Amino acid sequence: MDFLTRLKDGPVLVADGAMGTMLQAAGLPVGTPGEAWVLERPEVVADVHRAYVEAGADLILTCTFGGTRARLSHAGLADRVAEVNRRAVEIAREAAADRAYVAGDIGPLGELLVPLGKRTYEEAVALFAEQAAGLAEAGVDLLYIETMSSLDEVRAAVEGARRVAPDLPLTVTLSFDAKGRTNMGVRPEQAAQVLAELRVDGFGANCGASLEMTEEAVCRMREAAPGVPLIVKPNAGLPRMVEDEVLYDGTPEVMAEYARRFVDLGARVVGGCCGSTPAHIEAIARAVR
Amino acid sequence: MNDELLQPLSQAVIDGDPDRARELAARALSAGADPLGAVEQVLSPAMEEVGRLYEEGEYFIPELVMAGEAMKAAMSVLGPEMVAREQVRSAPGVVVIGTVEGDIHEIGKSLVATMLEAAGFVVHDLGVDVPAAAFVSRAREVDADVVGLSALLTTTMRNQQAVIEALEEAGMRGRVRVVIGGAPASPEWAERIGADGYAENAREAVTVVRRLVGVG
Repeated sequence: MDFLTRLKDGPVLVADGAMGTMLQAAGLPVGTPGEAWVLERPEVVADVHRAYVEAGADLILTCTFGGTRARLSHAGLADRVAEVNRRAVEIAREAAADRAYVAGDIGPLGELLVPLGKRTYEEAVALFAEQAAGLAEAGVDLLYIETMSSLDEVRAAVEGARRVAPDLPLTVTLSFDAKGRTNMGVRPEQAAQVLAELRVDGFGANCGASLEMTEEAVCRMREAAPGVPLIVKPNAGLPRMVEDEVLYDGTPEVMAEYARRFVDLGARVVGGCCGSTPAHIEAIARAVR
Repeated sequence: MNDELLQPLSQAVIDGDPDRARELAARALSAGADPLGAVEQVLSPAMEEVGRLYEEGEYFIPELVMAGEAMKAAMSVLGPEMVAREQVRSAPGVVVIGTVEGDIHEIGKSLVATMLEAAGFVVHDLGVDVPAAAFVSRAREVDADVVGLSALLTTTMRNQQAVIEALEEAGMRGRVRVVIGGAPASPEWAERIGADGYAENAREAVTVVRRLVGVG
C-alpha cells in the first residue's frame, strides 16, 4: 500500500521513538549531532531503526533532524549535505526492509528568520530544498518536517520540499511547549489553518513540553481542521535528573494510554519523541492495534 | 523631560518597532532630553514591561526579539550622545553569559543578555558552544560578578556543572556567582550542581542576577 493510502484509509500507523537520546545512550558524545554517526557509525543508527521496527513501528524517521546545511555546518559537515541525507535514507531503508515506511526527517534550521534574525526566507527555502533533494533522491516514502515553532519557517520548509519533490507526500508537525503555543507564539488552531491552506498531507504535534499540552494542541488542531490526518509524536513526558541519569516521567504505559486518546481524537500516526524508547513504541503499538 | 516624546518612545520599544524607536530617540534628544535619563527612565522600564508581558503569556519570542531590536535602535542614538556628554550609566554588575559547550541553542541566551543589558548590567556574551575554560578566563579578565550558563539539552546541562567546577578549580567561586537557565534546567538542578540561582525566563534572570549582586 502506498503511504498516502495507508495514511488516509489503512490501520493507524505507529511511528518510531527518539533517535537522538537512543544514540546518546549508545555513546554519542555530547555536542555531536546524530548525523555525524550516519557517516561514522552507521551500524549504531541501523540498530536503533531495527529496534523500533522490531517493536512494531510502521514508520521510521531518517537520522537527519539536523540535516540542513545550516546545522551540519556546526559539525563541520557543511560540504556533505547530500551525502549525509542519502546515507541516512539507505540505512533506514535497509533496516525497514518491507516492514516500515521511511520518512525523510527535516528539522528546524535553529535560526530566526528576517526580521527577527539574519536568515532570509529565500535562503531558508534553499536550505530546506537542498536537504529534501538529498532525501528524495535516495527514495523516501514521504518528507516529514517536524519540531517547528515558526510559521514562516514552516512555509519555507514546505516550499523547499515541494520545489525539489513536488510529488512526495509531505507532513508537518510543530512543538507546542510555551503556554499551549509554540515558543514563537503560534497557536495550534492557527497552525492548523495555515497547514490546511498549504495542503500538506498530514499535520500535528511532536516533542512539546508535556503530554497534556500536546493533547490540548491536538484537540485544537482537530477543531480547526477536521478530517486532516493528524500526527502525534510527543516526548516521553518531562525530563528530570535522577542521580546521574536523565529520566523521562512518561512510562511506556502512560505513553500508550495517551496514544489511545490521540487515536480517538483522529490521530492517524502516533509515536514518540525525546526520551522514548523501543519499549514505549511496543506499548503504543499494542495499545492502538 | 519631555513626556510627549518619551512616552511614545517607551511604546515603540514595547511594540518592537526599531525604526520608530530610533526616530523618537533622536527627536527626544533634539527636544533637549537627557540621554542617560531616557535610558534609565524610559528604555529600561519599557523592557521590564516587555519581560512582564512575556511572563504572562502575552508575548513570545518574536515580540521579545523585536523589543530588544527597538531598544538597541534607540541606544544607537542615545549611546553616542552619552559618550559625548561623558555620561556613564552606573552598572549594577558585570555578567559573562553563554551557552555551554556542545549546545548551539542561541535564542534564549541572547534574550537574557538583552534583558540584562536593558537593566544596566555590563554583559559579555560569549555566544554558543562555549568551553568551560572560556567562561573562566573571560570571567577573570572582566572581573565578572555573575556567570550565566544556558543549556537547552538534557545532555548538555551537565556542562553547566562543568563550568562551576572549573570556576572552583580556578579559585574564583568565592566571588563569582553562577546563574543557570534553559528548558531542562530547574531549581533542583541548580541546587544539585551548586549554582547560586536558576531563572525560568529572561525577566526572572534579571531579578535573580540583581539579587545575586545585592541590588534586588
